[in-house]
Amino acid sequence: MTLIETPVPDGMELVYGYPQSLTDVGTHYCPGCVHGIVHRLVAEVLDELGVRENTIGVAPVGCSVLIYNYIKTDFVEAAHGRAPAMATGIKRVLPDRVVFTYQGDGDIAAIGTAEIIHAANRGERITTVFINNAIYGMTGGQMAPTTLPDMVTTSTPTGRDCNIAGYPVRLSEILAQTAGAVYITRQSALDIPGIRRTKKAIKRAFLAQMHGLGFACVEVLATCPTNWNLGAWEALQWSKKNLGAYYPLETFRMTDDVKALEV
Amino acid sequence: MVRQLLKGNVAFAEAALRYGLEAYFGYPITPQSEALEHLAGRMVQEDRVFLQAESEVAAINMVYGAASAGVRVMTSTSGPGLALMAEGLSYIAGSEVPVVVVNMMRGGPGLGNIQPSQADYFFMTKTAGHGDFHPIVLAPASIQELIDMVGLAFELAETYRTLVIIAGDGSLGQMMEPAELPPMQPLRSADPAWAVRGAAGRDPNVVTSLFLGAEKLEALNLRLQAKLMNIRRREPRAVEVATEDADVLLVAYGTAGRICVSALREARRHGLRVGLLRPQTLWPYPEGRLSELTGRVSGVLVVEMSAGQMLEDVQRVVQGRVPVRFYGRMGGVFPMADEILHEIELLAGEALPAEQPALPGGRQ
Repeated sequence: MTLIETPVPDGMELVYGYPQSLTDVGTHYCPGCVHGIVHRLVAEVLDELGVRENTIGVAPVGCSVLIYNYIKTDFVEAAHGRAPAMATGIKRVLPDRVVFTYQGDGDIAAIGTAEIIHAANRGERITTVFINNAIYGMTGGQMAPTTLPDMVTTSTPTGRDCNIAGYPVRLSEILAQTAGAVYITRQSALDIPGIRRTKKAIKRAFLAQMHGLGFACVEVLATCPTNWNLGAWEALQWSKKNLGAYYPLETFRMTDDVKALEV
Repeated sequence: MVRQLLKGNVAFAEAALRYGLEAYFGYPITPQSEALEHLAGRMVQEDRVFLQAESEVAAINMVYGAASAGVRVMTSTSGPGLALMAEGLSYIAGSEVPVVVVNMMRGGPGLGNIQPSQADYFFMTKTAGHGDFHPIVLAPASIQELIDMVGLAFELAETYRTLVIIAGDGSLGQMMEPAELPPMQPLRSADPAWAVRGAAGRDPNVVTSLFLGAEKLEALNLRLQAKLMNIRRREPRAVEVATEDADVLLVAYGTAGRICVSALREARRHGLRVGLLRPQTLWPYPEGRLSELTGRVSGVLVVEMSAGQMLEDVQRVVQGRVPVRFYGRMGGVFPMADEILHEIELLAGEALPAEQPALPGGRQ
C-alpha cells in the first residue's frame, strides 16, 4: 500500500498535507457535495490520533456506500440503517479497536432509527458521523426523514405536506436524550469556519470513544446540489439558510469527561 | 464425560460455549429463549461477549459485524425472528462470513403459536434471503445430535465461509433427555486473513456484499455457486434405519423422523418391511442416497410437521419412479406413530391403495 508523502523543502514546516488515511483516488461525488470534505476530515482525525491501523469503519447504504474506497482503514459494508448494529458487533468483540459508522439521513433517521437509538442508549463506544442533506441522494432525490416542510422532492412533488408525510426528524436532539450518549453535536460543512468546527467535533467524538466514555455522534449539515436542482455555491447558501434554520448548530449533549478532553 | 439430563435449548447453548463460541447476540423468542438466558450468565462467566439486542434485525447485524471481525459467533431464534433476520442472512451469504444460527421452529404463519413445527423448511433451505444462495441446514432429531451438530455447524461455517442454520423445533428446544456435552475446548487461536481487525502492516480488508458492475457481481455469484456445488457434493448427511430390506421408505427429519422410528418398529412387528431415511442435512439434501433407495423400494412416505415442504425435494429426486405419499400435521400437532402406521399400510397396499398423496393432516 502506498501512502502519499507530501514533500517538505528544507527549513520549512509542513502545515497542510495529504492525509495518510485518505486514498489517492478521486471520489464519485457530485460537484458541490460535501461528502468528500467530511471524508477528508475523518482521515485527518485518524492521522492525528494515530489510529488508522487500529480502526474499523462501517459504511452505510446511500451515496457514501463506497467510503471504503476513500478512507484507508478496514471496513465493513452494512445493510441500510444497520451500521450501528454491525459496529456494536465489531466493537464488542474488539473493544480495543476504534470503530466508527458514517451514515446519511435516510440510513440513520429512517430505516436505521432503532439501531442508532439503541446503540446510543447502550453507550456503545463507537463514533458516528451523520451527514444530513435532507434528501435521498443515491436513489434519486426522494423525501428523507429530514426533508424540510414544503421542500420539493421526487416523492413530495408539490412539497412536503407534514400532515401527510410527517415532520422532519431532529435526530441529534433525540439521541441527546439517551443516557448512553456522551457527546451529541450538530455542525455544518458549508463554509470554512463550519468545516474547522466539524473537524474538531469529529476529533472529540473519536477521543470520547478512545477514552471509553460512551457513544458520540457528529451530525453534519450538508448539501445535495444534484437533487436540490441547485448549483454548488447556491446549494451551500441554501443549506445554511434553510437547513440551518430548522436544524440549529448546537451541542446537545457533552458530558464533563468529554468536555475535559484535549482536542 | 457424564451423561446428564439436559433441556434442548440449554444444551445447544452450553455446547456452543464449549465449542469456543466467542460472542452471542440474540433477542428473546419462544420456544428458544432459554438459550439466550443460559448464555447471558455463562458467557459473562467465561469473559466472552453476550448482548441482548433490541430486535432480531439488530441481533443478526451484530452477528454479521462480529463475524466480519473473524470471531466464532452465533444467534438463535424462531420463525418470526428468522424472518426479521432474512436481510442480514443474505448479506452474510454475499460477503461470505461464517455464521451459525439456530432456528427452533414454531407454528406459523404470522404469530402462529409456540408449538413445535417444521414449516420453515422452504424458508431455510431455499429462500433465507434475497439473491442466489443456500445456507447449510442441519436437522437434529435428539438433544445429543443437537449438541454434536453445534460443533459441526461451526466447522462447516468456517471451512466454507458460509451461513449454517441448525433447524430444530419447539419440542427439541423444550424437552429434556440424557445427553453428553463436549469438554471445554480452546478458543480459536488464529485470526482469518480476511477479517477486519485493523489494517496494521497490510492493505485494508473490506467485508462487503456490494459488487458494482454486472460482470463483477456475476463473478461473485459464479464463485458462490461453485462453493455451493462443492458443498452439495461433499456434505449431504442422513441417518438410515432398516433400509437394507425395505419395501416402503419413510423420509422424515428432526422430530418427525424420530416419531417415524416408532412407526417403523410397529410396522416391522406387523411384518411390513419399512425403512427410514432421516436427512441430517436439509441443504444439501441427501439426494444421491434417496435416489439409490428409491430404486429399491415400492413406495415412499414423507412425514413432516408442515403442509409438505421437504416433500417437494423428495418428489424432485424420486421423479415419479415410485408412488410418493405424504402425511403431515400442522400448527404444532405431532404426527402420531399410529397415524403414520396407517399411512404405511395404505402405501403398502394392505389397505386401499391411494392414487394421490393424502391431504396434509388428512387421515380419511
